[in-house]
Amino acid sequence: MAIIVKFDPSKCQGYANCLIEAPEIWDFDEDNDVALLIQDVVPDSLRVKAEASARGCPAHAITVENQSDA
Amino acid sequence: MRNVVVVGASLAGVNAIEGLRERGFMGQITLVGAEHHLPYDRPPLSKEALTDGVEAGRLALRPAAWYEEQGVTLRLGEPARALDPATKRLWLDSGEQLDFDGLVVATGSSARRFAHRLCGDPARLCQLRTLDDAQRLRDQLEPGHRLVVLGAGFIGLEVAATARTLGLEVTVIDVATSPLARVLGEAGGWFSELHTAQGVDIRCGTSVDRIEPRSGGGVIVRSPGRDTLKADLFLESVGATPAVDWLIGSGLALQDGVVCGPDLRTSHPDIVAAGDVARWHNELFGESMRVEHWTNAVEQGRHAAGALLGERESYRSIPYFWTDQFAAKARFVGRADAADDIVVERGDDSAVILFGRDGRLRGALCINAPRRLARCRLAIRDGMSWADAASDLATCA
Repeated sequence: MAIIVKFDPSKCQGYANCLIEAPEIWDFDEDNDVALLIQDVVPDSLRVKAEASARGCPAHAITVENQSDA
Repeated sequence: MRNVVVVGASLAGVNAIEGLRERGFMGQITLVGAEHHLPYDRPPLSKEALTDGVEAGRLALRPAAWYEEQGVTLRLGEPARALDPATKRLWLDSGEQLDFDGLVVATGSSARRFAHRLCGDPARLCQLRTLDDAQRLRDQLEPGHRLVVLGAGFIGLEVAATARTLGLEVTVIDVATSPLARVLGEAGGWFSELHTAQGVDIRCGTSVDRIEPRSGGGVIVRSPGRDTLKADLFLESVGATPAVDWLIGSGLALQDGVVCGPDLRTSHPDIVAAGDVARWHNELFGESMRVEHWTNAVEQGRHAAGALLGERESYRSIPYFWTDQFAAKARFVGRADAADDIVVERGDDSAVILFGRDGRLRGALCINAPRRLARCRLAIRDGMSWADAASDLATCA
């Protein structure tokens, strides 16, 4: 089952923890100091990393859902 | 296992609870905390909380309703006093006894104290560990006043930057030859330059031998061989010690923290530890370590929950943390202690400092360069050689 990563850039504080946890899913705009979600539907093989990036966000800007929930 | 007690209303404690419930644990959970507040987030205490105000609600890690939804009994404002692992009992300060099947130790750390011995009126000295400490400090941050910070660690430097931005005159004193010396060694000199450029008076290689109360408030700080400083406000930020006093004599193995195996179980199989308080064997680095970082508390809390429920996987991690001071967003990954190779690469507003040992990349400090940090973490995980790291990763864009 694929999972959906939801990101609210207005909450992003530029910690970049998401990028550290899951470089497959995230990139970073260094000029504007904001994370970039490069893959919002991710395969189950990246679930652990996607969830770690959500947990690791001190600004609570990231949520992860199962695709079937959407 | 039907009854778990989590001691420490902390980031690690909350994540342990979440980890237990996500794994389907249906039993009773009791959360014991020394402070009266619901578990809250500490990184903002040295920054936003001092500028925008200390609001317990906004800092709370989870809303009050979450604890009810998770079926957690809260025992806040009740420090744990003693533990008997053999009979699986613990005692609160009130003398009340709590029985458990499984225990999570997540009591974090306490601010180390040094200056109060030098001062006739220790009540004039501030420290910053708790929300109440932050409130007390904020109430005294008056523009134009002089703040003296003892200890150029992360907390000290962050408060110095916040206070300077608020318009205070700030002096930071540290006995080491550069800021953050314990973590970064000489490379901490970068932070000295940052603060000096913003008008903070950084006095490294300086000790304090007397702190005298001033009539009308504040203190006079005396350092051998340096000018005397009149401080309206004095903050002591000289590091933290693991909060294990309540475990002394319990029989639980302690050594600069609670000693854990690779899976975060302590010397007692039904007791696990997580966060600042846990000293565990990190197989990724082949050494025992204790890590006082935010993300470590999150991930160890969850891992410890699994260990309590019978999972035997090792907790292997590359620690990382961040610190924001003025316009510098500094992020560090890995380890910098005992480095035998260091390379410093500077850009206009950024810098990358790599730390190597035994021919391998082991740590990296990236200032205003988060993408490089992410690459460094992968390189450390993959055991990149020092030669490759120094040529591939050190170049600032």
